[in-house]
Amino acid sequence: MTLLHAILRRTAFGIATLFVVSVLIFIGTSILPGDVANIILGQMATPESLAALRAKLGLDEPAHVRYFIWLSDLLTGDLGFSKAGAGAGTIGTPISEMLMPRLANTLKLATAVAVVAVPFAVTVGLLAAMYPGTRLDRAVTFTTLGLISVPEFLVATLLVLVLAVQLGWLPATAYISGQETGWKLVRALAMPALTLVVVASSQIMRMTRATVLNVMSSPYIEMAILKGVPRKRIILRHALLNAVGPIANVIALNLAYLVSGVVIVETVFAYPGLAKLMIDAVQTRDLPLVQACAMIFCATYIVLIFVADLVSILSNPRLRHPK
Amino acid sequence: MAESIEGTGTATAFEELPDAPPRRRLRLSWSGKLGACVVAFWMAIVFIGPSISPYHEADILDEALFIVPGSDNPYPETDYQPPSSIAWLGTDYLGRDTLSRTLFGARTTIGISLASTLLAYLAGVTLGIAAAVGGNVMDSVLSRFNDAILSIPSIMLALVVIAAVGSTIPILIVLTGLIYASTVFRIARSLGLDVKVSDFVEAARVRGEGLWWIVTREILPNVAMPMATDFGLRFVYVILFISSLSFLGLGVQPPQSDWGSMVRENLSGLPYGAVAPLVPALAIATLTVAINLIVTISPPMPAGGWRRGCSDARAARGGRPEDRRAQG
Repeated sequence: MTLLHAILRRTAFGIATLFVVSVLIFIGTSILPGDVANIILGQMATPESLAALRAKLGLDEPAHVRYFIWLSDLLTGDLGFSKAGAGAGTIGTPISEMLMPRLANTLKLATAVAVVAVPFAVTVGLLAAMYPGTRLDRAVTFTTLGLISVPEFLVATLLVLVLAVQLGWLPATAYISGQETGWKLVRALAMPALTLVVVASSQIMRMTRATVLNVMSSPYIEMAILKGVPRKRIILRHALLNAVGPIANVIALNLAYLVSGVVIVETVFAYPGLAKLMIDAVQTRDLPLVQACAMIFCATYIVLIFVADLVSILSNPRLRHPK
Repeated sequence: MAESIEGTGTATAFEELPDAPPRRRLRLSWSGKLGACVVAFWMAIVFIGPSISPYHEADILDEALFIVPGSDNPYPETDYQPPSSIAWLGTDYLGRDTLSRTLFGARTTIGISLASTLLAYLAGVTLGIAAAVGGNVMDSVLSRFNDAILSIPSIMLALVVIAAVGSTIPILIVLTGLIYASTVFRIARSLGLDVKVSDFVEAARVRGEGLWWIVTREILPNVAMPMATDFGLRFVYVILFISSLSFLGLGVQPPQSDWGSMVRENLSGLPYGAVAPLVPALAIATLTVAINLIVTISPPMPAGGWRRGCSDARAARGGRPEDRRAQG
């Protein structure tokens, strides 16, 4: 009962957060000067034509009315039309039509990254925690510290320099038409996925190591050591089982973090994903498109954070009773 | 940076108290010293960079400079020149001097980041301590609002705002400052709550001290050290964040130079082995790694303490990924 209660609490909190986020995104894009009518008409704007277009687009309604119209459209799956156009000839394209192929591309990339990065990083992080102070541990600590201190675009740039320019193994851009399968898909995804794997796994490694070491310093582990339980058994039977929850949490948090990493990486490699679409929309000030993309990203992020919370509740009974 | 970590200003107030514990000395390991040297170098460049740079940041170098004696080509290429005695680190895609642009860019990148971090601290610490000491209603209102802001990926928030209002340096500073204020708020609030329930605050309250006295003389000095450490980390994240925005073409606008946008501008030279995109990238990396070396590795970690290793574990136990927001 308490478990259900805790989950319901988190769900309600997640929905409330999404609501606040939608308000913030709407305020961010709508109330500020330079509305869509201005952008569409540009130089040719006269006060009369502006007013006419605003009336046509429903922009003359007060802000809170427009917000609820936007929100109800959003909830019924009607994302509206790209008003400014993310390129020539796209004015008036339904946003959902523009989003879907891009979303599919981004999901392909994210899946590839998760499949590679998670098992790799957790294993290395665990090994570092199992043998603290060894050469392996110090190498992991130092490399990951270095990797999280540099921007993603630097990692991406260096990978291009080495793998594409010097060695010529992989293409420097990641063009994907959506029809690729098998080996071609792997090749197209390789560079952006590799960059994200490098960045995301250094985070997961650091946090896995920290989590397991944290468990290792708890009294029951000390007890096990004093009893004379072999080190391997301590880690696998006592520490790891207690660290599973926190590690799953770490993974969920890092997948949420990929949401923003993807923005940089898709730009560097000109990968036609959702984030690239959003950046283009920001540059052309296509506000409806920006709103839609931002909502998708934020919702993904909030859902992953929710999963992370859920995992910690399930793994740690003490969290089921909020103080 | 080094100054703020030592926190000399607050340490004085700390020692005035009769029963104050011995002052924590900052012992730097060799890697910490290396980091401090690099940070000091870049800080010096912020101030003297423009005056020692050979050219102006926006100057496109004259073709005449690159005429090879004996060659009859009067119009040599000036873009993506390799390092030479004319341009020590080569030229960029327009034929501007990379060294000069990096020196000028230090002022923009570090200046904006520092201003944003200071703003984030001003807002975050003020509100965080207010939430900690201000009673239940204030705490819940501020915390709920803060949670909502924290749950938006920072780069999304920035993209939406920049889409709406454009990108100028004041907007960048305020935007970044407010985004990072939410993470500072969380830390300040939780540290403030810890100190608030301690015996010496209780004693001060029993003595009849006012709220202002307690906040400024008991709480702030005691949260200063951990906050100073966090300041270093936060500064790194802000540098990475600002650079990433610039890299996306949404940060500092040309012709002003900035390390992030310099990498972006010159990416096209990478296939030809140009050094132009690598120099600013290395500048960012050296600065951020150096700050991390000072903050994370050097000082002895107090048991159950407040440094990076622990905050990782804290985040792992169910916190938000706020420690890493700057990267995204």
